[in-house]
Amino acid sequence: MGYPHKSHQRETTVLSQHFGDVAARSLDGWKQRGGYRALEKALGMAPADIVNVVKESGLRGRGGAGFPTGMKWSFMKPGDGKPHYLCCNADESEPGTFKDREIMRWTPHALVEGCAIGAYAIGAETCYIYIRGEFTEPLERMEAAVREAYDAGILGGNAMGTGKRIDVHVHKGAGAYICGEETALMNSLEGRRGNPRIKPPFPAVAGVFGQPTTINNVETLAAVPAILMNGADWYKGMSLSNTKSTGTKLFSVCGNIKYPGTYEIVMGFPFKDFLYDLCGGPLDGRKFKAVIPGGVSVPIQTMEEAEATLMDYEGFVEHGSMLGSGGVIVIDDAQNMVRVIARIARFFAHESCAQCTQCREGTAWTTKILERIRDGQGTMEDLDTLMSLAHNMTGTTICVLSDSCATPVISGIKKFGHEFEALIHGKRVHPVMAAVA
Amino acid sequence: MTGIKSPESASHDAHGHEPYEPVFTTGKARDELNVLLGRYPTKMAALLPALWIVQRERGWISEGAMAEVADVLELTPAYVKGVVTFYTMYHQHPVGKYFIQVCTTSPCGICGAEDVVKSFLQHTKTGELGITSADDKYTVIEVECLGACGFATPVMINEEFIESVTPEKVPEILARLT
Amino acid sequence: MAEQKMVNLTIEGRQVTVPEGTSILEAAKTAGILIPHYCYHPSLPIPGVCRMCLVEVEKAPKLAPSCATSVAEGQIVHVHNERTLEARKGVLEFLLINHPLDCPICDQSGECELQDFTYQEGRADSRYREPKRFNPVEDFGGDVLYVPNRCILCTRCVRFMDDVAHDTVLNVSERGDRALIGKFEGKDLTHPWAANVIDLCPVGALLSKDFLNKARAWELDRAASICPNCTQGCNIMIETRDDSVVRFKPRPNEEVNKHFMCDYGRLNYRWVNRQDRAELPMVRVNGVLTATEWETAITSAARIIAGKSVHVIASPMLSNEALFLLSELLEHNGGKGVFRVATGDEAPLPGVEDLALRRDRAANVVGAEMLGYRRTENPLEGLGSGDVLIVAGDDLEGLSIDVATLPADVVVIGTSVPRAIANPSAVLPITNFAEEEGTFTNLRGRVQRFTQAKAAPGLARPSWLVLGDLLGAMGAQTQFFLPSEVFANMAAEKSHFAGMSYDTLGMRGLPVLQGAGTA
Repeated sequence: MGYPHKSHQRETTVLSQHFGDVAARSLDGWKQRGGYRALEKALGMAPADIVNVVKESGLRGRGGAGFPTGMKWSFMKPGDGKPHYLCCNADESEPGTFKDREIMRWTPHALVEGCAIGAYAIGAETCYIYIRGEFTEPLERMEAAVREAYDAGILGGNAMGTGKRIDVHVHKGAGAYICGEETALMNSLEGRRGNPRIKPPFPAVAGVFGQPTTINNVETLAAVPAILMNGADWYKGMSLSNTKSTGTKLFSVCGNIKYPGTYEIVMGFPFKDFLYDLCGGPLDGRKFKAVIPGGVSVPIQTMEEAEATLMDYEGFVEHGSMLGSGGVIVIDDAQNMVRVIARIARFFAHESCAQCTQCREGTAWTTKILERIRDGQGTMEDLDTLMSLAHNMTGTTICVLSDSCATPVISGIKKFGHEFEALIHGKRVHPVMAAVA
Repeated sequence: MTGIKSPESASHDAHGHEPYEPVFTTGKARDELNVLLGRYPTKMAALLPALWIVQRERGWISEGAMAEVADVLELTPAYVKGVVTFYTMYHQHPVGKYFIQVCTTSPCGICGAEDVVKSFLQHTKTGELGITSADDKYTVIEVECLGACGFATPVMINEEFIESVTPEKVPEILARLT
Repeated sequence: MAEQKMVNLTIEGRQVTVPEGTSILEAAKTAGILIPHYCYHPSLPIPGVCRMCLVEVEKAPKLAPSCATSVAEGQIVHVHNERTLEARKGVLEFLLINHPLDCPICDQSGECELQDFTYQEGRADSRYREPKRFNPVEDFGGDVLYVPNRCILCTRCVRFMDDVAHDTVLNVSERGDRALIGKFEGKDLTHPWAANVIDLCPVGALLSKDFLNKARAWELDRAASICPNCTQGCNIMIETRDDSVVRFKPRPNEEVNKHFMCDYGRLNYRWVNRQDRAELPMVRVNGVLTATEWETAITSAARIIAGKSVHVIASPMLSNEALFLLSELLEHNGGKGVFRVATGDEAPLPGVEDLALRRDRAANVVGAEMLGYRRTENPLEGLGSGDVLIVAGDDLEGLSIDVATLPADVVVIGTSVPRAIANPSAVLPITNFAEEEGTFTNLRGRVQRFTQAKAAPGLARPSWLVLGDLLGAMGAQTQFFLPSEVFANMAAEKSHFAGMSYDTLGMRGLPVLQGAGTA
């Protein structure tokens, strides 16, 4: 079982090996567990060689987009005379996702180490770890780890005695989901409203403070030390499905399921086994109804789709959804899907940055219609309107928040249309309520 | 109601709040800010951290605070206000001594978060979201995803993060605060 | 100079060739295709947020914001196909869901881009059934009123204040559909160029308090002109209703004022509508000023002036044409021409090079100097007792004048009779700049045309016509029927203006010849 439960034998714990182990948090504890050997090794390598190892390993961005990390790093042109920046995206805000939180809470030095290696690899002297403001404990742990690393000479002007400068700073967010979008994160870091930027220019050309920048997710960077130590082949070898999805992946599991928590499995693990075996299946007396496998931005899966899925980037797409952030939200038969989807839409309406018309107005309008249907005031025409709005909100804005709001609406109406219709036609579809009544 | 300000009301701002006392003139906060300024190539980048310091020291971000931060970072008050109003964690009004944020986003919502909210509203006697209790002790709000969905329902009380809160645990949590 | 690389593409089936780096939106303009847009403005940074200007670029998976997408060789762009139309329809519907649809009481009505594009391409109905958001109207200070319910959050106003005025007093406050344009309590739109946000606002969200409820846009007549209120020479549009000027609006000219004008110039128009005007030609008969017909007045004035040295006090608000004809008179009779200028503080618009409300608060100071008039604080200095004093356009206000020292003969050529001149020999009533055609020369020596915006009061005539007739009555051979003829004559005689004509000036103007001296 994944943290906070004991590790399940079918898990493969690379990142999560020390979750729950208080002693792993300190610098000494981390060193005893093999920490900072990868950084030492890295600083003895040519940056380009590090990039190559990461490229070879097949590591892909763990934040949601799944972009190959090594390739992203290779966009940074060394020796262009400009300051380069690495930003670690620790703004984990996608509902259903809480894996990065565990990395930062239990193994903060793994992230510091990953950041330092990443910074060195892309020719950056400065790395900012942007942590969402609500993460008080992760903030505290990361700040403590960074302080320890500076005190030990691991970071600073003479990183590990190599004469190289690597600075890592923790930057605290202040409550805005959209700052997890990389260009919004950069704006926020610069002291602006967290508005996503229009691309191009891409961050590798003009990112934070107008300089070449790479943004990587916490889990991505935390995976780098192990890859450097064990080699690209080791990481690439970890796949149960296809060569495009390699290594281990953290999945945070929540909702109506027996053992919610953070699990680490090898890419390509069967989702059915994951849900029923590792996570313990549904709560007593209930049945699973739907799964949102990658945070609320991805399409909702029916159980049929979910149970046929192999857990990797391609597998989720093949079965009607996406891997996304790896935030698995399980919904059981006690829930009403309209209610669930309306609440998701409300989240996006709350978080829209207000720049693009379709998003600013569309997320709020969608929410109002969904809540009206939820409250028994809907019409069949509303469903057409919802689908049309979702269409207008997809692929038309600067970032994908608008698309993310449309996604559960589209998949929800397509796959669970009967629940909408039942509410519209005045039938109760709320088994729990029915049971109480 | 004579239209002439009494000496008491004159010492308060237009909204009846105490006049703002600057944070960054000297001392610890100033030193902290100077360290922060060294971390970024622009002064503007220290805006979010500076606002955090003000909120820690004063409890909320008043217009006076925005003006001070603007001055210190060579920005305009209007700019700072635009930023402050973007981020939900900055309080634009004074809040209770215990600021209670209950996550009600979908993953928690399907695990009974609404009942947790109700329980807090009832036991803090605030009755309504966003309203500070008569004794200035509590303000309860619903918050969007706290990022601890596997520990439904997570609740943040000031800086403290409490996992797996159920309606039944609320009285005990509140009792511990005082 | 390095050759600029040109890019060829096809927009709506038309071949377009534009310099590399041009946006699709600007490239389309060159082919006469307007891509509907809100947030984009050529004089402001590009945020790409309204999403109205989405176009289909063949082979690209998503629609592209044409304001923020550079042209590429061989691109095939569709502006008006089913997909883009559907996208724009969607944007328009979203923009209108919270809009009060109060066009009948909105000042912007008739010149509103939301109204225009909705009429062109929008849905006939809205599918919105929910309550609308409401925010109260706010006085932003200066001349600006904010009506948030009509706001589409295009942020042109915020960007103007940030990037052009360099005075960040506006912001976007809040987020999601709660967002609105905000400001800080006590910090108003007092920047001397702030009222430009009203013009920049594509909808009725930012309104002029001065113009509020004065007129409907479709009732207005418009004439291209030049702001007369300082030497910058901002290109403007004079807008009148029932022959009364109701507002000045900036008219784009990349070389002079981009899309802007200052608040001082914008709001200083009421004098153009003054009713206390000299409307009839008059001559002194037996010591009494008596109205007469033009011919008599011109002949009398010519007789008074004939053979005498003249002292001309000209106004720097007079056109080049009028000043030129007066200078011909000076040359013919001998004497001197002087002018004085009201001054104030310079107020630059920092984001635009060489654009400011200038110290000299009159349009044609440079023109007057080029045509040989001397600037002075005391225009009556050196006035000989045997001279004829010609007061042309100056009201003589603010001067200490000893009436006893004034010469026996004073000819007034102006829009009113100065109070200091109790009993002039003749009064030749002329039109003001808004009532006639002519040119001004701005402080950088740019000669710019202005056109007639309103009718002359009474029998008042254009300055160039009056002065041309006066010269004719004094024996000059040339007769002028049009201001362009006066200008042509001036261009032939004064080297500054050599080679220029109204045709070559067009409505954007031309700089005078550098280094040329007055012939």
